[in-house]
Amino acid sequence: MKDIRIITANTAAAIAASLCRVQVIAAYPITPQTPVTEELAAMVERGELNAEYLTVESEHSAMASVVAASQMGARVFTASSANGLLYMHEMLHWAAGSRVPVVMACVNRGVGAPWTILNDQQDSISQRDTGWIQLYCRNSQEVLDTLIQAYKIAERVLIPVMVCYDGFVLSHASTPVEAPVVEDVDKFLPPCPIFTGISEGSYMNLNPLILSEPRQDAEGNLRPGYMDLRYKLQEDLISSLEIIKETDREFEAVFGRSWGGPVWSYRMEDADHALVSMGSLASECTLAADSLRQQGFRTGVVGVRAYRPFPAEALCKALQGVQTVAVFEKDVSYGYMGAVATDLKAALFERDLRPKVASFVAGLGGRDVRPEQLAETAAEAITKRSAHKWIDVRG
Amino acid sequence: MATKAAKELPKEEFILPGTRSCAACGLMLTYRHSLKALDPGKTIVAVPASCMTVLHGVYPITPVKVICVNNPFAATGAAASGIVAGLKATGKAGYTVVAFAGDGGTYDIGIQSLSGALERGTDFMYVCYDNEGYMNTGTQRSSASPAGAVTTTTPILAKLQHKKDMLRIVEAHRIPYVATASPSFPLDLYDKVRKAKEIKGSRYIEVHAPCPPGWGFPNKDLIKMGKLAADTAVHVLYEIVDGKFRLTSRSLRLAEKGGKKTVADYVKGQTRFKKITEGQIQALQEFTDRRWYEFMERHQNGRS
Amino acid sequence: MAEKNRETVVAVSKPAAGEAGRTGDWRSHTPRIDHEKCSQQESCLLCWMYCPDGVISREFPLEIDVEYCKGCGICAEECPRKAITMVQGRQSQGDPDEGH
Repeated sequence: MKDIRIITANTAAAIAASLCRVQVIAAYPITPQTPVTEELAAMVERGELNAEYLTVESEHSAMASVVAASQMGARVFTASSANGLLYMHEMLHWAAGSRVPVVMACVNRGVGAPWTILNDQQDSISQRDTGWIQLYCRNSQEVLDTLIQAYKIAERVLIPVMVCYDGFVLSHASTPVEAPVVEDVDKFLPPCPIFTGISEGSYMNLNPLILSEPRQDAEGNLRPGYMDLRYKLQEDLISSLEIIKETDREFEAVFGRSWGGPVWSYRMEDADHALVSMGSLASECTLAADSLRQQGFRTGVVGVRAYRPFPAEALCKALQGVQTVAVFEKDVSYGYMGAVATDLKAALFERDLRPKVASFVAGLGGRDVRPEQLAETAAEAITKRSAHKWIDVRG
Repeated sequence: MATKAAKELPKEEFILPGTRSCAACGLMLTYRHSLKALDPGKTIVAVPASCMTVLHGVYPITPVKVICVNNPFAATGAAASGIVAGLKATGKAGYTVVAFAGDGGTYDIGIQSLSGALERGTDFMYVCYDNEGYMNTGTQRSSASPAGAVTTTTPILAKLQHKKDMLRIVEAHRIPYVATASPSFPLDLYDKVRKAKEIKGSRYIEVHAPCPPGWGFPNKDLIKMGKLAADTAVHVLYEIVDGKFRLTSRSLRLAEKGGKKTVADYVKGQTRFKKITEGQIQALQEFTDRRWYEFMERHQNGRS
Repeated sequence: MAEKNRETVVAVSKPAAGEAGRTGDWRSHTPRIDHEKCSQQESCLLCWMYCPDGVISREFPLEIDVEYCKGCGICAEECPRKAITMVQGRQSQGDPDEGH
């Protein structure tokens, strides 16, 4: 019998971490992430989860601790939001450069100043260039499943993974979620296989100062310079797109659910127009597409599940032949436009695709976004020579 | 048993020659004897960006026979905590985790993660090698720089504030072991690191590490400068075991036999104090005396 | 796979001497030991103990590794018998290295 529970995305995330048998957790409280870490702390204190739980004094320390624990070979977990995630920024770069398979939940929240505790995706988008894999979820089931997938991906490619889901919209909303049985998770995800090299007398200096040019080791072998190692990170990130896809297929084979890999589509088979979005806003876009179809616009949705690595090829394939692309996103690259729109336009340009692309920024700091607004804005983009704009900005 | 002579120190060297650190480096000598006191094959060292990074060498070669994990400047206490947790979670037993950070990485940018690690009672040793400034980046002022010292960021007026009393801050965490040491007294240093290695919980050792280029004194005088710091009570050698204070080594003899030298004797041999005024020397003397009498009183109380 | 992968993607140094090259080249003065003056007693070993770079042998007669000695002069300063003197140049007791 299926174990269906009515839970929030935060509870789903805690259950996922526990099912993955994480060994070290370090976290610092920030709304709306707190329930994830509280529930994990309770599991550890009740003895249900055999893990070291570090109640660190900051997010910077949370990431520093899990990176170091991962370097010792432990499977690790942390979670954060908004300014907490920004405070981790230095350590996010460090984690990726260290090639540690850290997995973290980012419960998306707008960043100060002024203070907001409500949802948008400015926090994780601002971490775009840290070298992490970023996966965005539509609902709580996807959060649970994606976290399990994330460990498999991270441990395979040795790149940290951030699983992003919208604060309050998902983190605090209770919906039915199927909790996998631990035996299935064990089957899907073998114990943390990371070879650390740490053993008695294994003298080493991990992440030392490195030169720009390759340098010989004591045996005369040429070892890479900084840029060469960084290029490996880039190469492995790009090739992780295939592994994200593969992992989703393997997941489906065990659990019967697939989330589409790096990109998913809704009613795109015959679409003339496409809405592109991430996270829960992308779910709303499906409702807007339905309504646009009723108005006579053959519209579908292309959801970005992996934002980094950016699935340029898959997106272009999904958008082949459409006339209008309306990108809706809860972030902005200040001084330009939405980050997803910017990246998407570059991808289309490179492949000689020239649909009309419009960037719409919506729902910052928790401002409500209704499907009708999305449909209305998209219809404008379809019928008029559309300008990029922020939706529903007042006064 | 206290180590009484050089011959009792372990013969094995864990720092291979040809390192990148300056000639007559106080940190080098500190690290050399600290590693002898540890069991480097089963020691994991956490190191922030610092002179220690330079000492540990440029990829792909390190001169140091130890397991070293580099971490960002502010993260040392947290990285050490993660190492401890990771070792425990993966069943790797018997390792000693030791953080080695400078005064900038301890007093300033690292104080938060250090305090967190100490408050949680993390089972690790933290060694602060205090060379009284940001020496690796070119002798900028830190909160550990003494009053009256010219640094590259106090170039005209010299430092106006006294050194932060970091040891009191550390002590306020009520950890089982707090000690001070100096590379000019390698036997005392060696004994303290060895003792700290055997204690469970958080241990903190602060080493006053003279820096010839940063302080402005001849290389050959490294040992003498450290000894002078003790003889003037500018740096006092002690340990606090489970809250019980006692003076050690040269500072113990100074308390018992007297003969304390003046701060003026100490500052005159260092070009960093070239701008110090009579008034500042007086203030530094008073600051030093006040601490020294407190320490002597605590030593007496600890014995009674 | 992870095992092989990590070796090539993470920067890990291994120990070897001479990381910074022949640091003896940094020297302007070279220590010279007068073995007659040296106590040759285990009860001393102060030069060995105080050498930051650990380039003085622990066995008698003492030898200084001039390939790596940075010439700081601590050994000469601390020797209670004044058995070590600092001689101008990188030359040590006929070391042909001088002038390279």
